[in-house]
Amino acid sequence: MLNYIKESFSQVFGNPPTRPQKGQQSEELLAIYQAKRGALSKADLEAAHLEHHGTFFRKWQRRRWITLILVNVLFLVSYKFDVQLLEGAMTASRFVGFHFADLNSALQVMLAYKHVVLNLVIGTTTVFVMWLLLGGRTFCSWACPYHLLSEWAEYLHLWLVDKKVIRNHTFHRKTRSVFYVIFALLAIVTGYTVFETISPTGILSRAIIYGPGVALIWVGVLLLFEVFYSRRAWCRYVCPIGVTYAAVGTLSPLRVVYNAEACHHEGDCRKVCLVPHVLDLTIRGRAHDIDQDVSADCTRCGMCVDVCPTDSLNYRFKGLDKFL
Amino acid sequence: MSEETKKVKRVLSKSRIETNRREFIRSAVLTAGVVTFSLAGLLPVVQGSSARLRPPGALKTVFEEQEFFAACIKCGQCVQVCPVNAIKLAELDEGVGIGIPYIDAREQACDFSCDGLQCVLACPTGALTHELNYPADTRMGFARLDQPKTCLAVQGRGFKGQVRGPDYKGLLRYDEIDRWNPIAVADHPYDLELCDLCVRQCPIEIRITQCVEKDRQREEAKREGTLARVAEQHGNECPPKHAIELQPIESADGITRMLPVVLDGCVGCGVCEMICPVEAAPAIVVDIDKTTNWG
Repeated sequence: MLNYIKESFSQVFGNPPTRPQKGQQSEELLAIYQAKRGALSKADLEAAHLEHHGTFFRKWQRRRWITLILVNVLFLVSYKFDVQLLEGAMTASRFVGFHFADLNSALQVMLAYKHVVLNLVIGTTTVFVMWLLLGGRTFCSWACPYHLLSEWAEYLHLWLVDKKVIRNHTFHRKTRSVFYVIFALLAIVTGYTVFETISPTGILSRAIIYGPGVALIWVGVLLLFEVFYSRRAWCRYVCPIGVTYAAVGTLSPLRVVYNAEACHHEGDCRKVCLVPHVLDLTIRGRAHDIDQDVSADCTRCGMCVDVCPTDSLNYRFKGLDKFL
Repeated sequence: MSEETKKVKRVLSKSRIETNRREFIRSAVLTAGVVTFSLAGLLPVVQGSSARLRPPGALKTVFEEQEFFAACIKCGQCVQVCPVNAIKLAELDEGVGIGIPYIDAREQACDFSCDGLQCVLACPTGALTHELNYPADTRMGFARLDQPKTCLAVQGRGFKGQVRGPDYKGLLRYDEIDRWNPIAVADHPYDLELCDLCVRQCPIEIRITQCVEKDRQREEAKREGTLARVAEQHGNECPPKHAIELQPIESADGITRMLPVVLDGCVGCGVCEMICPVEAAPAIVVDIDKTTNWG
């Protein structure tokens, strides 16, 4: 547990995942790695890969997109038809009367205002518990409206890279931590929630509910940047919301778990992942245990679960699997 | 052999260093760029151009704007509960004010037709302070007769027809027509011998009139000994001070005319600005200028 939290924070901060030390891996795990050496030919892997890539829409992706769209549409419907189910926007809302406050927005307000109202405490606690149960960064991939647009932009980006029209430029992963500190300091020092000004999550959520505005140009600029220059740049290297929810995720029982036994180590999972460093443990020889939880920087999007040809990656609700 | 390996390693690491160096520079540029852009959001507040009419409870004085900005979580729940859709959310050109509620009084003022300050109740962060309970407690701004020359009352003129024309979308609640639902101002034509719209439609003045009427009814019931059901009235619900009235003035041509005079009880809701029928520019406006006497 403590190790998981430590390792997760280290990865969220921007460090590469720790490699297992010599002698740390169990005999069983080493035996598994040994047995697989040369067991599958390149052609076999290719076949497994092809077999699994028939459908564009995948199970978890479909569920996730539907959930994400429903959540955002529910905001709109609640307002436009006065249903009063989910009033407000992604930054703060009332769900059937209960206060909800986005953790990062609430944090920014607390840092800038230096004053906390009871309603905000209630809203923050409710949302904290909710995402604690649901996996922390689950917010990113299952609720954030920018994530969906960015995901679509990513397909375009990958296609252009494939066609050799452009190439991807990476940034240092610690950049996100730098941003996190800068935006926290800016809120404290200036007394304004500076990050909220440029947060595409807030901008998009409000645009969906209250109608589009010029702020969408900024969102468009970000998407273009991601299409033509750097894959998923905002989510990977900038967004502090992801860091806040990743911190919640370190304590969450809902995780993706990797089982080394049947894995081909062909790396399809890392190719689709928003945060591929969390899946470094699927590289041959990198797992610490036969069963190992993927770190909390994982958004629980389920893309890896979908693409894995051997079912080596799965969702797990820690403690609940014994009952199911 | 071993020397060769070393050589290869060194060459590799050199390119690796170069890659890392480029990545570091890119990252620094990205950080500088995004932070600069976000800091540009502070320009409107630094220049003071962000001052606008805000929902009730947002601020008692314009100097508290910073606190209001800091506390607002930009969710728009105040927008959603307003029965006259007076509240709008600012755009990116407002910088850090993006997503923060404001009121364009000329387009649609706050007429307190929700009675209970619903926006204040809806606010999850206290950006709209919960310290107020009634419309008369608020101070959104202060009305000012900006163009006395164009004011119909000053000219001794009346007003007939639809205020602001047939296409005007603004809403107001007219208690005598529908106690609960605001209607389009365009659906409520007037026929006034002397224009007194800014006084007649002032929510504070309307409330005072209602309170006076209730007092009268209660007195009457007491006198006649009947059990007329007069709703119990809480003292602080009734505005303690008048907000606006027409006062006689001697005009240049020696005729006594009426002049709208803004009084201490004005809360700056903007209904007078909204309802003023002078089309070119309203004769009376609400301002939140730093020059306003906040009383």
